[in-house]
Amino acid sequence: MAAITEQVEAPADLRPEVVGRNPWALAARRLWRNRLAMAALILFVLIVVACLAAPFYAYHVAHVNPLAPNLNGTTVINGKVVPVMQQGGGTLKLGETPIGPTWDPAHYALGADDLGRDVATLILYGGRSSLLIGIGSAVLCCVGATVIALIAGFFGGITDSILSRIMDIIWAFPVFLLLFSISTELLTHSQGFQFGPVHVSASSLWLPTIIIAFIYLPYVYRPVRGQVLSVVRKEFVEAAIASGASNLRLVFSEILPNVVSTVIVLLPLMIATTILTEVALSFLSIGVQPPNVSWGTIISDGEDLLYTRPWVSIAPGIMIVLTVLALNVLGDGVRDALDPRSKLRVGAAW
Amino acid sequence: MRLVRPVHTVVTRHPLRWSAAALVALALAVAGCGSSSSSSPSAAPSSTGKPGGTFTILANSSFGVADPAQNYTLQEWQLLIDTHDGLTTFAKENGLAGTKIVPDLATSIPTPTNGGKTYVFHIRHGIKFSNGQVLKPSDFVTTFERQFTVPGPTAFYSDIVGASACSTKGCNLSKGVIANDSAYTLTINLTGPDPELMDQLALPFAFAVPSNTSLKLLGNNVPPGTGPYMWKSYNPNTELVLVRNPYFKQWSAPAQPAGYPNEIIEKFGLQVSDEVTEVMNGEANEVFDGDQIPSDQLTQLNSPKYSSQVHVNTLTADWYMALNTRTAPFNNVKARQAINDAANRTAYVKIAGGPSLAVPACQILPPNFPSYQAYCPYTTGSQTVWSGPNLTKAKQLVQQSGTAGMKVVVDGTNDQVGKALVEQMVSDLDSIGYKASAQLLAASVQYPFVQNSTNSSKWNVAWSAWYQDYPAPSDFLNVLLGCGSIHPNSDASPNIAAYCDQSTQSQINQAESEEATNPSGAAKLWTQIDHEDTNAAPWVDLYNPKQIDFLSSDVHGYKWNPQWYILIDQLWLS
Repeated sequence: MAAITEQVEAPADLRPEVVGRNPWALAARRLWRNRLAMAALILFVLIVVACLAAPFYAYHVAHVNPLAPNLNGTTVINGKVVPVMQQGGGTLKLGETPIGPTWDPAHYALGADDLGRDVATLILYGGRSSLLIGIGSAVLCCVGATVIALIAGFFGGITDSILSRIMDIIWAFPVFLLLFSISTELLTHSQGFQFGPVHVSASSLWLPTIIIAFIYLPYVYRPVRGQVLSVVRKEFVEAAIASGASNLRLVFSEILPNVVSTVIVLLPLMIATTILTEVALSFLSIGVQPPNVSWGTIISDGEDLLYTRPWVSIAPGIMIVLTVLALNVLGDGVRDALDPRSKLRVGAAW
Repeated sequence: MRLVRPVHTVVTRHPLRWSAAALVALALAVAGCGSSSSSSPSAAPSSTGKPGGTFTILANSSFGVADPAQNYTLQEWQLLIDTHDGLTTFAKENGLAGTKIVPDLATSIPTPTNGGKTYVFHIRHGIKFSNGQVLKPSDFVTTFERQFTVPGPTAFYSDIVGASACSTKGCNLSKGVIANDSAYTLTINLTGPDPELMDQLALPFAFAVPSNTSLKLLGNNVPPGTGPYMWKSYNPNTELVLVRNPYFKQWSAPAQPAGYPNEIIEKFGLQVSDEVTEVMNGEANEVFDGDQIPSDQLTQLNSPKYSSQVHVNTLTADWYMALNTRTAPFNNVKARQAINDAANRTAYVKIAGGPSLAVPACQILPPNFPSYQAYCPYTTGSQTVWSGPNLTKAKQLVQQSGTAGMKVVVDGTNDQVGKALVEQMVSDLDSIGYKASAQLLAASVQYPFVQNSTNSSKWNVAWSAWYQDYPAPSDFLNVLLGCGSIHPNSDASPNIAAYCDQSTQSQINQAESEEATNPSGAAKLWTQIDHEDTNAAPWVDLYNPKQIDFLSSDVHGYKWNPQWYILIDQLWLS
């Protein structure tokens, strides 16, 4: 208790390293010094880079056409040419089983899936889709929710009531129920989204991105709106109003900079959530559509091979765990870095 | 009959899709004349069966509404043939013998009169329904009228005089189905000759129900029948139970033999992998043959330990990709032939579970089917057996057709096998210069979607599958590719490709009319039509599927009938 008191009471703000510095620089410095968060960031960056390098791996390392079926293909194991799909044994010879991991990057390192495709390559391509949708929908959601929250919180009154009730309606639905309903309708019934001249085809990655972003709008909207409402009542905003600042200036110069840290704290956590959501959708065949793959579709494809070729499902599962873990740890680090209270802790450490 | 899709390998017989408006078609599965190539020694019919016990079937899901006037699933039909009878039936025999039509509640198969438009059936005396009511010819009037008052696939009996005026609101077949309860005769008058009437009367839709049965849909209540078993209970969420019919006395062993088990139970709602495990452990007796056994467990079934419990049979069915002949590029016959040449059928067979579970196909009629004569113009080498894609020829044809580079949408279902088939087809199309993309729909949506002409601009290639209703070439060649099977703006238009060639249609009409008077001539004509349709390439025929039956080790007397598949009541337990 004494130690805490000492920390809280420590005149950290007066230390020369902190005084007069930009709060963003301070946050970056705090994040930089958080080793766990930095390790998570490095891991996440590595995953992103690996996924971006998918075409290089496919064409120059594994030498495969990444997404095309290869049911009649062959590969080399221990110097022997073997079929990628192997017919069942015994007298009945039922079924075709893809080859398992060879641990040789040039020859189906993680084995093949039920279409004879290289699982290692698919995981990298799947990661591109999962990350693109995860990051895209999280950014879209955060930007959209922030804009709506700024409008609602700044104008208040009837505007706030209407926008908040709309968000409440979305909020009222169980997340996955609404998600599955919309996805099923748009992906497997209507062949995409059509609104006037705007058409998003079912095979486009934009469709799951938009759906997921829409579903999570209230989850970002609520805390941001609360933040906007508290900032709007601050003295410096009143001072800006008194000095004749326009609404646009008030929103973008006075309010937004003071709520953006909330959004930034939420972003990595939202990315983790949206990646998991995309995986769930794709696992159920109502997310990423062929010829694209995602970690969810690969796990789904491996469902029937769990006993004989578990790596088809395990490998993308590991990638999901690592990605989400990295994002959650990073999110905690960002929160610690941007949280005003953490300044005391970091300051005390200095 | 069109069945809902299987997922891995195995042919599924879940709820068939039918549409009230329509047409023809669908109904049971397969058959073909029987090349029941069961792999186990116990496939031979046993004459030393031991009555008694409870036979338990495990199924992933139930078959929906049980009313026999509406239900169109083989899953229920496999049980209805044990509880009900029609005027005729397919003999309950193993293999080819099972395709023979034999009299059931009729004493004999009548010879038609009045130019093939009138049939007089003599009904057997002394047969009782499971509620004790005596069977009378007038019971059949109700049976046939229910075909029209209960929403269902009425097309099988639409040639009966008076049927055209029937609807779900009411039906009067007094001129088409005339019962004489004193003479014990039933006269059926048709508007025109129908050489396939005996097959159609053998389907469960025409199974006799008591004359006081409601003309409305009975839901999950199955009216009493005359077979060796009766329905004790049916709950689509849990299980159904059949018990012995106390009033049953065997009148014809080929038509309706007495069954062995005292009770037949079908449990619903298990994962297929759990079903397999339970049967392996002897906790149940059969994995419902429409359920798709996962790849992993297929590998287990290859073990010699299970070799006597696994039975594989060839089905008279086609899995195919219909080519939309209304729009480019496949309104051009060369483009259609090109993709037929390019289709890598070995890959499709692997998707189906390998050569043990599917056979590559090029032509419309399946092997072991009447009028089938092996023909495969879309391969390298021999013109009879598919041996490999002919990509060189395919690319030449694409160039000649002037369709190279066109966008092509491949439509299929979004389950595991559906996705795989579509992705392989996209790959095949890309390999000959098209820009193909996939369009995956929920299984319940896909079939009506591709049938309806209002959607014809949205797809170019569509997956479909067809299992015979009964062993007649018209069930494939006329139902699926006849001009009369195109119904614009309808969800029930089984000629998905919308292929219509008037000269071929004339031949179809001629073959149908000759079936009664000149069967061998008609058979030759059907063969010719099959080959002509294959040349015109309205489909890419992918493969003919096979089916797995997995039984527990204490089950004996396995019989596989090409029409009904496994004969459940002929199995006995040790």
